[in-house]
Parts: sequence; structure tokens; C-alpha cells
Amino acid sequence: MPQYLISVWHDDTYEPDFSTPDAQRRVAEVGAFNEELTKAGAWVFAAGLHPASSATVVRSSAGEVSMTDGPYAETKEQMGGFWVIEASGLDAALAWAGKAAAASGGPVEVRPAQG
Amino acid sequence: MTGPLDEVFRREAGRCTATLIRVLGDISVAEDAVAEAFAIAAEQWPKTGIPPNPGGWITTTGRNRAIDWLRRESTRGERHLAAHRLQVESMESDHNPELDRLDDFVDVVADDQLRLMFLCAHPALAADAQVGLILRLLAGLSMGEIATAFLVPEATMAQRIVRAKRKLHDNHASYRVPGAAELPARLHAVLAAIYLVFTEGHTATSGQTLTRTGLSSEAIRLGRILVELMPDEPEATGLLALMLLSESRRAARVAADGTMVRLAGQDRDRWDRTLIGEGHQLVRACLRRNQPGPFQIQAAIAAVHADAPAAESTDWAQIIALYDQLCALRPHPVAALNRSVAVGELHGPAEGLDALAEIDPASLENYQPYHAARADLLARAGRHDEAIAAYDRAIELAANTIERDFLVRQRAAL
Repeated sequence: MPQYLISVWHDDTYEPDFSTPDAQRRVAEVGAFNEELTKAGAWVFAAGLHPASSATVVRSSAGEVSMTDGPYAETKEQMGGFWVIEASGLDAALAWAGKAAAASGGPVEVRPAQG
Repeated sequence: MTGPLDEVFRREAGRCTATLIRVLGDISVAEDAVAEAFAIAAEQWPKTGIPPNPGGWITTTGRNRAIDWLRRESTRGERHLAAHRLQVESMESDHNPELDRLDDFVDVVADDQLRLMFLCAHPALAADAQVGLILRLLAGLSMGEIATAFLVPEATMAQRIVRAKRKLHDNHASYRVPGAAELPARLHAVLAAIYLVFTEGHTATSGQTLTRTGLSSEAIRLGRILVELMPDEPEATGLLALMLLSESRRAARVAADGTMVRLAGQDRDRWDRTLIGEGHQLVRACLRRNQPGPFQIQAAIAAVHADAPAAESTDWAQIIALYDQLCALRPHPVAALNRSVAVGELHGPAEGLDALAEIDPASLENYQPYHAARADLLARAGRHDEAIAAYDRAIELAANTIERDFLVRQRAAL
């Protein structure tokens, strides 16, 4: 079955305070969404990420590995987390994405995996 | 032979493509197969005559050709083509020979066209890509024709369409009519895309001429097909009525010298009564259903205009009531703008400007008709300096030279 990446995007300054009721509710909603994915057999993998400022960029050139402070793309929006799901096709993937956006506070991006 | 063959092509190309996408499982292979089948037809039909079911002939010939290609390609072991072969085989294994019988065939084709409409107008695609795909796949226009219609280089249009097809392919977009739960939103996307084709033909957003007849008549043709395929969707009927009623005014919108004539100044004897009659009939059919929607209400507004023998006898109160209904159903700054214009006609420019002031100006800042309408109301209210500034902004935004000339004349008349 085709796989899709559903990624959540935030402003690069976004850093949730998990002690707030708002963030707690989000966590619960994402948890419920994950459960729904699992029950439907659509769940492949998912993770919330630490802020983009925690990223390191690693390069390999002619056997030489170098690293720099990240993130790789200096953009205003950064990926805050993602799901990899299995769906029968685009419409099914978009339906899951709609639920992911609602649970995470979105917006989310849907991208098909190769193969 | 070119004439009759062209006619068959116009009528059948979209239907044949729609069926072959289902049978072959790939948009581009289906397009090639249809093109190849028409090439064979161009060679054979002058000798044999046009077959009794030309669409069926094209579809069958195209399918057989594509299966030949795919068999040959697959022996070369190309992986991506082997994937097609599998799809064809799986289609073949549950292939129902009954479907080749003429009567059933037509039914299947009709459903395929609907599938293709929903695929082309998939909300995951940008509006310009939706329109490009519709004109390419459903209307059978060549890349060159579509590019000319939108005044972009052919390579740009080709890239846009190829990218859209690739996105649908890579995303495993399904070839189906959406289920009941998704249908209203997805149908609206189809209607909006067809209307976009129409409005681009009705008032070209750029270029030297005001209208492009080809696009409008193509949109109307697609609208008719959609109404035929979804007779129980009043919004589809509403869209067709709206397009017919707008189209009825085409001849009157441009003066002999090529300049634009506004609704109020149009010679109503030049309105096409046949189109108005058909539009009215469709609007009445919608009213009987009593499931109002944005396209039906806009069609009703167009019908009220068509009813007035002269601009002065327009039933503006009725038009305002319809705009109120439209704004309640689907609030939109353009609908609110048009409502303000109607208020200005019924109650005078001061009230019209008051209604206009209720719209967030930022939402229409780059919308030429907003500044043109505001300029007109300001001029009629005697606020000349503000009117001139509004005309300047409208002129700046007018991409179509005929509209720009019209605005320049209005400004000069102040």
C-alpha cells in the first residue's frame, strides 16, 4: 500500500510549554489520533521533534565528514513532527491529514513516498 | 474528412480519454492511445466511412494499441512500464466482455467522464493546473491551444500540465467519483474549475481582446456534460444556467469599435434570447428543487438582469435580496462588493458607499472591479478627487487593455 509522510509545520520560534492546559489537550488529541491510525492499520511511524534550533547538519564529501549547527534550511517555518502512514490512495491520505491537522493544530504537508 | 473527423474529435476525445485512463491506469498512456487511435481513424475513415459508434471505435482501437505498446515495452524489461502491464492485466482479469456491447459501453463511458472531472479538479492541485488538465484531457485541446488561450508560452503550459499529471500519479490519486461525504466539497471544486475556464473566456484577464469565445463555449459544453451526468445536483444546473445567462450578453459587451460596454449601457436587443430562455428554464428548475447554492443564486441574479427590458427597469430590490442570500450562504468579499453596487443602484451612491465600507478593503485591495465600482460610486456622489484616485488604482490593476481603455475613458469623463 502507498505510504505518505504527513509533516507538521510551525513558525521557527514555536516552542510548546507542555505544562499549559492547551498543550496538554494537544498531546491528548495527537494521542487519540495515533490510536485511530493504529486501529485502522494505517500507522507506520510518528514522532514529535525538538525545536529546529536543536538540529545539526552533517555532510560527507570525499570521505570527509563535517558538521555545522542546523537547521539545514534557514526558513521561517520548520517541521515540528511527522507521521508516516499507509493509505489506499491520495484521498484516503488527505482524509488522515485533515485529522492530523486538527489534532496537531497544523498546518500539515502530505507527501507520497517513492516505491 | 477533416471536418467530420474534427467534430468527432471534439465530441469524443474527452470521453475516450476518460475511459482509457481507467482501462490503462495511466493518464499519459491514455492520451497517447487516443491520439494514436485518431491518427489511425484519419487514415481509415475516409475509405471506410465513420463507424456507427465512433467513440467506441476510438476507445477500442486506442486500448488495443496501448496494450501492444505495453507488451512490447515489457519484453524490454523496463520496470516502470512493467508496472503498467500489471495494471492492465489486473484490469483485464476482471474485464467484463459484456461491457463491449454497445449499450453498456455508453454507460461506462459516462461514469468515466465524471471520474475524470473529479480527478482534473482535485483540490490538491492549484487552480491553474486544474484548468489546464480539464482543457487538455476533457476538452481535448492541444497544449498549444491551451497556452494561446491563457497567453503563456507553450512550454510553460506543458510544464504545468505535466507537473499536475505527475503529482496525481506520484500521489496514487484514485480514479473515482467521491463518496457522499466528500461529494459536496469535491463537486464544488469541479464547478469552480469549469467556471474559471468560463470566466477566463468571458473576461480575459490579460491581452488585447475582452473575451475569448473558445474557452467560454468549452466551459458551457463541459457544464452541459456535467448536468447530464449529475442531473440531481442543482448546483451543476445552477452553474450551467449562470454561464448561459452571462454568455447571452457576449455580443452586447463589446461595441463595434472594440470598446467595452457595461451592463447598464448594453443594447439589450443584442442579447441572445435563446440562451436566456434556456438559462431561465434551468433557474426555474433549480428553484423548484429548493436546495439553494452559490451558483444557483448567481444564476438567479443573472436571470433578474435578463428579465429587465431596459437597465432602468432592473429589479434591484430582488437583486439585493439574492445577494443577501448569497452572502449568508457563503460570505465572500466579491459578493459583498456586487451587493454594494446593487445598493448604489437602488438607494443611491451614498448608501452604496456605506455598504462598500463594510467590506474589509484589504480583502479586495488587488481586485480591479472593487476600485472601478468604488470610483463610480464616488463620482456619482460628487467626490471627484477620491473617484480619480480610485480610477487610477483600477487602471493600474487592469490587465486587459479593453478594460483599461474603458476605465481611462470613465476617468477622463469626470
